Amino acid sequence: MVDYENGKKVLEVSHLKQYFNVGKSDEVRAVDDISFDIYEGETFGLVGESGSGKTTIGRAIIHLYQPTSGSIKFNGEEIIGLKDRQKMQKFRRDMQMIFQDPYASLNPRMKVKDIVAEGIDINHLAKDDDDRSKRVEDLLETVGLNKDHSSRYPHEFSGGQRQRIGIARALALEPNFIIADEPISALDVSIQAQVVNLLKDLQRERKLTYLFIAHDLSMVKYISDRIGVMHYGKMLEIADADEIYAHPLHDYTKSLISAVPVPDPEYERTRQQLDYDAKLEHDDKERKMVEISPRHWVRASEDEIPMYQKRAQAESLVKD
Amino acid sequence: MADEIKLPLDSFEKLTKGDTLDSEKIAAPSLTFVQDAWRRLKKNKGAVISMWILILFFILAFGSILWSPHDPNAVNPQFANLPPKWPGIGINGLNGTLVQAGERVNAYAQAGAGANVHYIFGTDYLGRDLLSRMLYGTRISLIIAVVATFFDLTIGVTYGIVSGWKGGRVDNFMQRVIEIILSIPNLVVIVLLILILKPGMTSIILAIAFTGWTTMARLVRAQTLEIKEQEYVLAAETLGESSFKIAFKHLLPNLSSVIIIQTMFTIPNAIFFEALLSYIGIGISSPKASLGTLLNDGQKNFQFLPYQMWYPAIVLSIIMIAFNLFGDGLRDAFDPQSQSRG
Repeated sequence: MVDYENGKKVLEVSHLKQYFNVGKSDEVRAVDDISFDIYEGETFGLVGESGSGKTTIGRAIIHLYQPTSGSIKFNGEEIIGLKDRQKMQKFRRDMQMIFQDPYASLNPRMKVKDIVAEGIDINHLAKDDDDRSKRVEDLLETVGLNKDHSSRYPHEFSGGQRQRIGIARALALEPNFIIADEPISALDVSIQAQVVNLLKDLQRERKLTYLFIAHDLSMVKYISDRIGVMHYGKMLEIADADEIYAHPLHDYTKSLISAVPVPDPEYERTRQQLDYDAKLEHDDKERKMVEISPRHWVRASEDEIPMYQKRAQAESLVKD
Repeated sequence: MADEIKLPLDSFEKLTKGDTLDSEKIAAPSLTFVQDAWRRLKKNKGAVISMWILILFFILAFGSILWSPHDPNAVNPQFANLPPKWPGIGINGLNGTLVQAGERVNAYAQAGAGANVHYIFGTDYLGRDLLSRMLYGTRISLIIAVVATFFDLTIGVTYGIVSGWKGGRVDNFMQRVIEIILSIPNLVVIVLLILILKPGMTSIILAIAFTGWTTMARLVRAQTLEIKEQEYVLAAETLGESSFKIAFKHLLPNLSSVIIIQTMFTIPNAIFFEALLSYIGIGISSPKASLGTLLNDGQKNFQFLPYQMWYPAIVLSIIMIAFNLFGDGLRDAFDPQSQSRG
């Protein structure tokens, strides 16, 4: 398990803000003042409904967007506004991304070989052509594809196979941190497990750290060590995966978990969906993340803290 | 019916274990993008026929540089206004006879031409061989087509990619420039150019260079805006690919169908533009021939010697129709979504 006491923080995001169309009438606050840390070797799950800013966070971290303000530290080094070319390239090699849509994330005009080798070519990792094809074949076998697939085009593959090609491309640079942006949401349920298990195996073999973005709560619980719940661009609750699932403290998290269907008709008939009133978030109170019980953070205003503490006691998360 | 079918036992074959285990194997042959498009294009008969017609025209027109039945500009007043005469064919219209004052007369005999003189498409009012002039004129049209393609591919595509890729203020500015260019009619541009230059190829080419690429630029820009949001472009960015390489590796190959299709629609426009200019007398000037000048010469005698206008008109129409049909076929071949139209 991950050592949270002495473990190394790989990624520290603090007060990250990502606004679009700043100063215009259609200003969007996609990510609004979000802070979280990710420890080495863990999988941090990020959940929330569509449009809650999960993907934006991932893209801001990996430098696809320029954040409005805040700080992102990767291995202790600030990466917002990183200009130095060499440092930038080093950062690109250490952090990679797996994309959401396996049908849009592979260039339809390129052979699998060239897709996977793109990063190798950019960083001149291969000594010669033989080395290049060998690396590509190894990567394809790592993700469970045949090595003779390398001369084929993406449209010849199924969704799950394409997603594995995308994973192979990300692995080509031997990163130690991978942002998985809803990597399974476009796949069949039967294929989802295949891809998630592959990600888990890779994590074990290569000591990877994941930021796993998804909206499927059950799958996130399965793969994540800790989970952060997002809503309207704000982080509402962060806790261990089992704890957030069994003992959610924030009303939104409770509502979200109550909406997960369970494959048990007996239970489904009695399942109560809890409604959540989002207006509660907009009462102009100053709110920040408060540690209610050990490693269980909830976004709360000063006067809400006692309420959450009482809830935590009721769930026997805190002693006495 | 079904129960009557009896298969002998040896028509079945036992599968080995290896056959079922290898479920990741893809058996279908690997088709590249171009092979796939070609396969679809071949199904479209009109497009294939048009393609062969265009190839034939190209060969004939450019082959006439090496060998032409007569000199297209050689004046021969003795044989002026001779109707078509094909060796060994006696059909009226192709046997060198004309209807004069209600009577069919042998024009070749009247002109004192020997039995071995044949003008397949006849001659014009100065006795120049119409076939040779049409070959020359077609060549001019096809050169215009090549030039228009060249500007479409260089200026148009580059402009569109830069505009779409940069986005924001750069895009806004570049699009306003296109709108300004589009707001000036082509005819005004060419007339202004003629004030400085002589009417001819140079001014037509400059006019096309100035205005011809705008549609291509707009289409390419729209497509670039769409492609640059695709995740494979984002993936290339996270891998650290430079903008220039992204343009060549990711944008251009995925823009290729739009580019090819648009080229096929630019070409007939350019050809028609040249023909129009030459027809109204501000394009190619005599003694050089172009399909437009041939039409202009022909319509003066249309009532008496209709063949002088018919043949260039037919050739121009065939070129235009062929390019349009071929362009349609290419669009269907490169863009599988438009398949449903059959």
